[in-house]
Amino acid sequence: MLNLGLDILGLARFQFGMTTVFHFFFVPFSIGLAFVVAVMETMYAIKGDEDYKKMAQFWGKMFLYSFAVGVVTGIIQEFQFGMNWSEYSRFMGDIFGAPLAIEALAAFFMESTFIGMWMFTWDRFNKWVHTLFIWLVMFGSSLSALWILAANSFMQNPLGYIINQQTGHVQMVSFGAVLSNPQLWSEFPHVIFGAFVTASFVIAGCAAWRLLKKDHVTFYRKSLNVALVIGLIFSLGSIASGDIQSRYLINNQPMKFAAMEGLYKDSTNKGEWAAVSGFDTKNHKTTWSVDVPYVLNLLSYHKTTGTVKGMNTINKEMHAKYDKKYGSDINYYVPTNTLFWSFRIMSGAGALFALLAIVGLFFNRKKSQAIMKQRWFLYIMGLCLWLPFIVNTAGWFITEFGRYPWVVYGLLTIADAVSPNVSVASLLTSNIIYFLMFAGMGVVMIVLCHRTLKAGPDNDENTDGYAASDTDLDPYSKGAFNHD
Amino acid sequence: MTSLQFIWFILIGVLFSGFFFLDGFDFGVGMLVKSFAKTDAERDVVIRSIGPHWDGNEVWLITAGGAMFASFPMWYATLFSGFYLILFLILAALIFRGVSFEFRANMRTETWRSFWEWASTIGSFCAAFLFGMLFTAMIAGMPIDKNGDMSAHFFDYVNLFSLVGGVAVTVLCLVHGLNYIRLKTEGSLRDRALAWNKVVYPILFAGEVLFAVLLYFSTDFFDKKPLSTTAIVVALVIFTCLAYWGVLGNHEWLSFIGSGLSLISVVVLIFNGLFPRVMIANNPANSLLIKNSSSSPYTLHLMTILTFSILPIVLIYFVWSYWVFYKRLSSPKQNA
Repeated sequence: MLNLGLDILGLARFQFGMTTVFHFFFVPFSIGLAFVVAVMETMYAIKGDEDYKKMAQFWGKMFLYSFAVGVVTGIIQEFQFGMNWSEYSRFMGDIFGAPLAIEALAAFFMESTFIGMWMFTWDRFNKWVHTLFIWLVMFGSSLSALWILAANSFMQNPLGYIINQQTGHVQMVSFGAVLSNPQLWSEFPHVIFGAFVTASFVIAGCAAWRLLKKDHVTFYRKSLNVALVIGLIFSLGSIASGDIQSRYLINNQPMKFAAMEGLYKDSTNKGEWAAVSGFDTKNHKTTWSVDVPYVLNLLSYHKTTGTVKGMNTINKEMHAKYDKKYGSDINYYVPTNTLFWSFRIMSGAGALFALLAIVGLFFNRKKSQAIMKQRWFLYIMGLCLWLPFIVNTAGWFITEFGRYPWVVYGLLTIADAVSPNVSVASLLTSNIIYFLMFAGMGVVMIVLCHRTLKAGPDNDENTDGYAASDTDLDPYSKGAFNHD
Repeated sequence: MTSLQFIWFILIGVLFSGFFFLDGFDFGVGMLVKSFAKTDAERDVVIRSIGPHWDGNEVWLITAGGAMFASFPMWYATLFSGFYLILFLILAALIFRGVSFEFRANMRTETWRSFWEWASTIGSFCAAFLFGMLFTAMIAGMPIDKNGDMSAHFFDYVNLFSLVGGVAVTVLCLVHGLNYIRLKTEGSLRDRALAWNKVVYPILFAGEVLFAVLLYFSTDFFDKKPLSTTAIVVALVIFTCLAYWGVLGNHEWLSFIGSGLSLISVVVLIFNGLFPRVMIANNPANSLLIKNSSSSPYTLHLMTILTFSILPIVLIYFVWSYWVFYKRLSSPKQNA
């Protein structure tokens, strides 16, 4: 066999990263779009303004594309634990399986059933009932996020378990403790708010590009308004929940927090915060940095005094704590550059979103034409439609890379979790094919969204799925089901 | 074996039965997109017939997988890592067919529409075939070590028995899909589905008989449980006969229920033969048993309460969604 320096562990990790990142492009986009579309349709139901119905249908198309890709890539996630991480599945099944099963039972059935209802019954139910369908889809998909994050939170901060002495596997003793995990309740709002921000800024960005072309000005200005109001509320929400989450890390996963702030040495009482810096990760040193005093303490403790432990101290503590069980060879440092820069991208973007929303809402005031004149702003808005995807990925990079070397914090290392019986060849093949499929689907997604946008809100061609060749089958038209 | 473990073994079987009954017909319908439906307009109708439902149907698979993880983590770990390549191909097939419906409708050129139609057709064929192959190989027994790690070679799961199993399940899904089309459409598609059924059913009978014969030689089902295994195989054939009778006499509901029950019989056959095992090893000492593959009593108890309180609600709106789309779709008129 060719020796490419590839091993099962590296390939399995790469696959997990790749499939999760790709899947998570679509998850927040879908959850967020379901919410924004639900808000739009509700406004239609209340005001009776046809524009809002058009908005719900138009942005709803993008929601349907995204949902389709999200669903199919989600199945990989569920299967992958057994396929690539069989030792993990055996070790964690008692706790991890339950939320996964409940997610399918309580959430997936709800979203998949009601999305079908929503797609195909625009003219069959009264507008309130129809609006209820999209809310149920939104509720179902948020619920699914809750359950999968409950599972993830256990990996970050195991609670409510014992180790079975015979098997050495974790065993659930309190479902209440698994569900009330503080990690979950700091993670969940952040993820959901992030999803709403994602959809808002994609819609705002798309609307901005069309406004630059002076296309359907009223329609896109209205869309922009809805998107930015939601975007403003939830980008502030994201910042607040992110703050809660990062302060929670100081005690629970200090290594992750120290890496996010690039602290090798313990901080001094002055709370110097590195805005940017360079690292010598081999020798565990900061080579240069631009420091701002007190900010670190403000971020960590919301006051000007205090100290934060650095990675070198934490590394020693981890060795003292775990060497007996896991040996002294394990490296407890996490990828510092990745965490440090991901955190800066994420928090910087969060602030930028809030700012853009405020400025955008100001320019887009009802009686003003400012938004049409400030073309520079529309360009920035348009470019920023890609930013949420980068930010979401950065957020997960922090969460997941920051738990290195653990797959279950303090209980199971990543190296012990992988399937021992899967061959390098199988993994390599699946990695390559997944990559190609994802690339293909990503391109189709972008092309479809672009095309939908170009066709505009008045174009009913190919509404959600059914060809123009038989207009009766257009689910948005009256005749869809009444052929007789 | 505790009663909770037994309940969960049955529940996993029920979830897989639901999956094969429901996704069975939408795999079948997916296969028909290219050759059965002749025009663009016909393809719209064929796809439309499963449009609001296919996603919900697939959730039965996801639920079965999740429930297996929750209740029998050892089974889940061994099965999923052991059949890595087959499951990977299943995933690829499910991905292609899953996005094909939405993507096809939004393509503007003939070539690309055709591409996604093929994706649906081939994806559906492969998914049904590979599931059939996987379960057939599973009951034949696999090389599993003491830790429960299965390391099968290509010919352990690709052989005459598993190929016949794969083909039989594929054909069963195909007739189930045709029966569904007969129920859901009117006009030329409905007539054509009936005509196709008359050709496909004899092939299915041949497949079922061959499968039963190979089952005798390749598994220990007839040795260990001669009575129940024989009874289920007979039931399988009877259900297929009833469905065929429904074809000859043009009783559409009878055909559809018949093919659905045939698929469920296959699942029952597998689970009956497995019991009290969940994975069969070539070396019987290494077989995974219900009693030592499950989660803790606490988790099983919790899952039982949750499942029995959530599932009835799910079934209510699931069935209601079929009720909402009960009406037949008419076939497009030729040259209209």
